[in-house]
Amino acid sequence: MTQTLRTSSEAPQAAPAKRRGRRSATLITGCVLSGLIFLLALVSLVWTPYASDDTSGGRLTGPGAGHLLGTDKLGRDLFTQLMTGSRIAVEAGLGSVLIAAVAGVTLGVLAAFAQGWLDDTLSAFLDILIAFPTLLLAMLIVAARSATLGSAVLAIGLAQSAVVARVVRILVKRVLAQDYITAARTSGTSWPWIVAGHVLPNIWPTLVVNLALQFGLAVLAEAGLSYLGLGAPPPNASWGRMLQEAQATFTTAPAGALAPGVLLVLLVIGVNLVADGLRDTLDPATRRRRS
Amino acid sequence: MAPYLLRRFAFLLVSLVLASVVLFVLLRMLPGDPANALTSVGASPEQIAAARHSIGSDRPLPEQFTHWIGQLATGDLGTSFVSSLPVGPEVGSRLNVTVPLTLAAFLLAVLIAVPAGFVAAYKRHTWYGALLSGASQLGIAVPVFWLGMILVAVFALNAGWLPAGGFPPDGWDQPGEAVRSLVLPVVTIALVMSASLIRYVRSATLDVLGSDYLRTARALGSSFGRAMWRHGLRNASVPVVSVLGIELASTLLGAVVVESVYALPGLGSMLATGIAQHDYPVIQGVLFVSTLAVLLIGFAADLVQRIIDPRLRGRLSGGAP
Repeated sequence: MTQTLRTSSEAPQAAPAKRRGRRSATLITGCVLSGLIFLLALVSLVWTPYASDDTSGGRLTGPGAGHLLGTDKLGRDLFTQLMTGSRIAVEAGLGSVLIAAVAGVTLGVLAAFAQGWLDDTLSAFLDILIAFPTLLLAMLIVAARSATLGSAVLAIGLAQSAVVARVVRILVKRVLAQDYITAARTSGTSWPWIVAGHVLPNIWPTLVVNLALQFGLAVLAEAGLSYLGLGAPPPNASWGRMLQEAQATFTTAPAGALAPGVLLVLLVIGVNLVADGLRDTLDPATRRRRS
Repeated sequence: MAPYLLRRFAFLLVSLVLASVVLFVLLRMLPGDPANALTSVGASPEQIAAARHSIGSDRPLPEQFTHWIGQLATGDLGTSFVSSLPVGPEVGSRLNVTVPLTLAAFLLAVLIAVPAGFVAAYKRHTWYGALLSGASQLGIAVPVFWLGMILVAVFALNAGWLPAGGFPPDGWDQPGEAVRSLVLPVVTIALVMSASLIRYVRSATLDVLGSDYLRTARALGSSFGRAMWRHGLRNASVPVVSVLGIELASTLLGAVVVESVYALPGLGSMLATGIAQHDYPVIQGVLFVSTLAVLLIGFAADLVQRIIDPRLRGRLSGGAP
């Protein structure tokens, strides 16, 4: 509904070239920010300044020559912890989004094809699932399995698949109402071919933007779960767990309580900017509105 | 409106029943035996069997379910496996913390987000309009518990103006202390919530500002303020109200992290303890009350939307934008 109400509030002749430049600036800033964290995660696979279980540094030393950002309360190098934390964050984001994409698209397409009461029931079910906060659903699933990164990712991915499914359902319904679908049906194309050939190519720009936003939310949710002690277990330095451990020493050793949060914010802002940039580039419907 | 109310109410009841079935089944899929929480390490099989019998977890699942539903119908939320105290009064006393926390944070968030979102849209080409949009971009990326940690460090540990956490033991009998201990949690939730609300308000306002009906009203001689008041406000508030409902519901349930940062004895911490102890009646009770609240909020949001927007009157449920 909102789509049809939108009109070209800003006249297209108002310096389109300049605006396109600003748009790609959003995309580039987003790529640089999130790319930095992804790079950190990749490098941590082959190299970290210290071993992640190396407690040889003094406890809670401040930033200095031997340890770039100092050490935590067990004497582990903070920068090393941050690097492994970035890997956990990226894994959590990618894993959850993968689950959300597969389950969400399947459910959403099915719901879009459903008619009558089945459609009503499915939408009501999705609405209830969406009203349930991700974190709570995740807590239940993590409690049912055990506190590992896998459980957290599964829980977040499942919770998010409801959101993705609802978006996909609306998008697919809109595509199915088009004349070219009727034409394809009339010419004898089967439903699987219609989905693969007409529906998915038409919805993917919006879908990709939505999944990018879900990536940021998944990273935040994983951090929240590990803050509560429901994420990856202790030897793994998740950013959420690092923050929880550093909370008690915030005033005496602020580096440990600030650095993981800063990286988290940078990563989430980065992927959100990528999503905004992609939406402006990929989705022709939004090209002429918004500043 | 009356037939709609009936249908919508039936929908609410069906959702509630469905949710309780899902809740019950999900919980029974949790591994671990609640009887273990009641018996000491190395208890004999007879002791464990006795413990199971005392809490009724040895009975068949359908029987346990009908027993639970029967209790619910009389307003009884059951008895905790672990503390042997009734769950209902405990939930009630936790709500004394969670409800004021949620409502105050929600009101503050709306008070921040509605004007800020409007300015961010109307003055989007000025530096402060852009600043507001940027601040909301930043706000949605900040984890709520980290913001809480920072606010504690600044306003409680450094400045010493407010308590760093906890809730007075006598609760609202010490009103000054109770309010003081809720200030930082309320601000924490409100800031994070308003960050995402600003984006919705801004986008709804942009839609209105670019609409034909607003231009027509202006062309017919209405002042900008009058056109916005008569036409813009109502149109912009439809998507925002639906988001508000979802936000309120998720704050009520999602307060668990903030309650953990500030060590508040709210519903969230009760749930966390219940999950850790496999205390089914506690988990069921908390989740049932929260689900009921979520459904009622959704009901209210749908009604408000229909009052605002006559175009929705053919539909059963007004969805988010």
